[in-house]
Amino acid sequence: MKKTMIGNHAASWGAQLSRVQVIAAYPITPQTLIVEKLSEIVADGELDAKFIKVESEHSAMSACIGASATGARAYTATSAQGLALMHEMLHWAALARLPIVMTNVNRAMAPGWSIWADQNDSLSQRDTGMMHIFASSSQDILDSTIISYKVSEQVLLPTLISFDAFFLSHTMEVVDMPPITDVDKFLPPYNPEYKLDVNNPRSFGALTSEEHYYEFRYKMQNAMDDAVGLIKKEGREFEKLTGRYYDLVHSYKCEDADLIFVTSGTIAETTNVAVDELRKDGKKVGNLKIRVIRPYPKQDILKAVKNCSKIAVIDRNISCGYHGIFAQELKGALYNESDIPVWGYLAGIGGRDVKVDDIKEIADETFKSKKPVDMIMKGVKI
Amino acid sequence: MKLTIPEREIMQPGHLACQGCGASMAMRYALKIFGRDSVLTIPACCWAVIDGPFPYTAVNVPLFHTAFETAAVMASGIKAGLDVQGEKSTNVIAWAGDGGTFDIGIQAISGAAERNDDITYIVYDNEAYMNTGIQRSSATPHGAWTTTTPIKHYKIGAKKNMVEIMSAHRIPYAATASVAYPEDLCKKLEKAKNIRGFKFIHILAPCPTGWKSDPKYTVKLAKLAVQTNIFPIYEIENGLKYTQNKKVKQRKPITEYFKYQGRFKHLKKEEVEFIQKSIDRENEILLKKF
Ligand SMILES: Cc1ncc(C[n+]2csc(CCOP(=O)(O)OP(=O)(O)O)c2C)c(N)n1
Ligand SMILES: [Mg+2]
Repeated sequence: MKKTMIGNHAASWGAQLSRVQVIAAYPITPQTLIVEKLSEIVADGELDAKFIKVESEHSAMSACIGASATGARAYTATSAQGLALMHEMLHWAALARLPIVMTNVNRAMAPGWSIWADQNDSLSQRDTGMMHIFASSSQDILDSTIISYKVSEQVLLPTLISFDAFFLSHTMEVVDMPPITDVDKFLPPYNPEYKLDVNNPRSFGALTSEEHYYEFRYKMQNAMDDAVGLIKKEGREFEKLTGRYYDLVHSYKCEDADLIFVTSGTIAETTNVAVDELRKDGKKVGNLKIRVIRPYPKQDILKAVKNCSKIAVIDRNISCGYHGIFAQELKGALYNESDIPVWGYLAGIGGRDVKVDDIKEIADETFKSKKPVDMIMKGVKI
Repeated sequence: MKLTIPEREIMQPGHLACQGCGASMAMRYALKIFGRDSVLTIPACCWAVIDGPFPYTAVNVPLFHTAFETAAVMASGIKAGLDVQGEKSTNVIAWAGDGGTFDIGIQAISGAAERNDDITYIVYDNEAYMNTGIQRSSATPHGAWTTTTPIKHYKIGAKKNMVEIMSAHRIPYAATASVAYPEDLCKKLEKAKNIRGFKFIHILAPCPTGWKSDPKYTVKLAKLAVQTNIFPIYEIENGLKYTQNKKVKQRKPITEYFKYQGRFKHLKKEEVEFIQKSIDRENEILLKKF
């Protein structure tokens, strides 16, 4: 069924279609509409779930962890300050190997108070051990929520689904909602091997010496490696039901491109438009959208860029003291494997709009430039 | 013979508590009452260690270790998870130290209490952060030495009145108890088990390591705390109905309690008198509520 909805509501309906059993969340702009809608959905009996109206995001993630440890499917959503407050418990969810799926609306960190799009909030959670998706459309948000439960519950790692504040969270798009009967076929109830069970009393997360801790990390790493294949496999299963396929990266006109943009989130969608326009002008460009940053799809990226001669990464984030995070990661992936030069661009920080023309400018600049640059801060007013 | 305390032992020997640990006694009684249809969650505190290292456990009920400030909400999440799966009878117990309760965990406790989540929150109060090596908490009594309140700067200021804070949430049940009065403690645990909604039990649990007392005096000290009125034993139902569980006819002087503990040894006479006066004043206020 096709419905017009904002990106936030796509997250709410994604949770509803996934039949989440426990929701715990705390409001923050621009995420608020997700939990308001879910409150309605639960109150109207459209979803049989417990909604714990917690007193903070730290508690939201904690409650999800407790629920998930009993074998219930748990969901939360937040943004920026809320995600930062959850940080300790994001590590906890991942190390406890609990397949919680959560949404984060990418918003700039304060101060100064800003509610606008920026990826620094979720990229600061990069090393928590969560899988991390950047959705670029409302359809992607809804579908990713469903697919992520399927993947998370097999590899026993939580998933963080991020998307841009306002450009997606508050923008209406047409979303195709799969019938719940189809989703039920795709996503069976969660039934973990180990859970808090009074008939099988175990302790979870006890004191761990150096004899064992390293091996926990080893297993997490293996789970992440397995997730690469599983995301593709479940993506194909989902495609059979809906006709929509989601991969870790999506390449657009990259095969014969001289210059490939590497992008994420809504900037990726704008970049596709820019690619079409640039191609009309005879410029051979392509766009590689990184949809999943953890697990990092290194092989897929190497394959997609192998024929190009230049790469321009556009980052809506910065690791101050170094540079854009997608650019860092990409260069790490290329090192030892390829010598394609990489130009790093910063754009859209703090919600500044990134237009098709901006991307065309980046193309021109990169085509002209002889020597790769770590970071070019596009449009910075100095 | 009718036993006043159940014979069953759920907690096993082989745990890692120090000699004379009041907190381990408290857990033993709690599990006797709550039984096997229970799930525990324990934040960072001595009990996170006492239960034993991975892959061992001493409590014989499922135990979820959690972050320092999250015991209450972790229990809320566990309860919700069990509920939606139809496991409605299971007792969910948050078990935390005074630091995890009075200090860093107070926000999550207040949240769970205000929502009246159906969990039992038990704080074993040893009056300092013992796990990290005896640092003051807001449960540390006035005058006490800890490693962060050294003798020259001993703890100034009254112990936070946690049970009153909890009862101000108008929760169905809040109580103080002591490992020296196991029958009273067990009655309270039993009562909590049978009430739906948020229950809070505050158990004074002497710590020989932190109090600088002889392990053999744990029960004696817990008893003296009640007999001197420094730790009165009572319960509050629905935030309003106060019941005194241990009447103290003639309170003992606080020096009786202090003399078995190294942590008060440095106190001068005037300071002890000040403490005595505060105890008597607090007791007067409390007695009016019964
Ligand atoms: C967020 C956080 N801060 C600090 C710590 C370190 N820490 C672990 S246990 C503890 C003290 C616990 O004190 P209390 O709750 O009274 O329990 P006890 O150790 O006395 O049994 C501290 C400070 C931690 N684990 N997490
Ligand atoms: Mg303590």
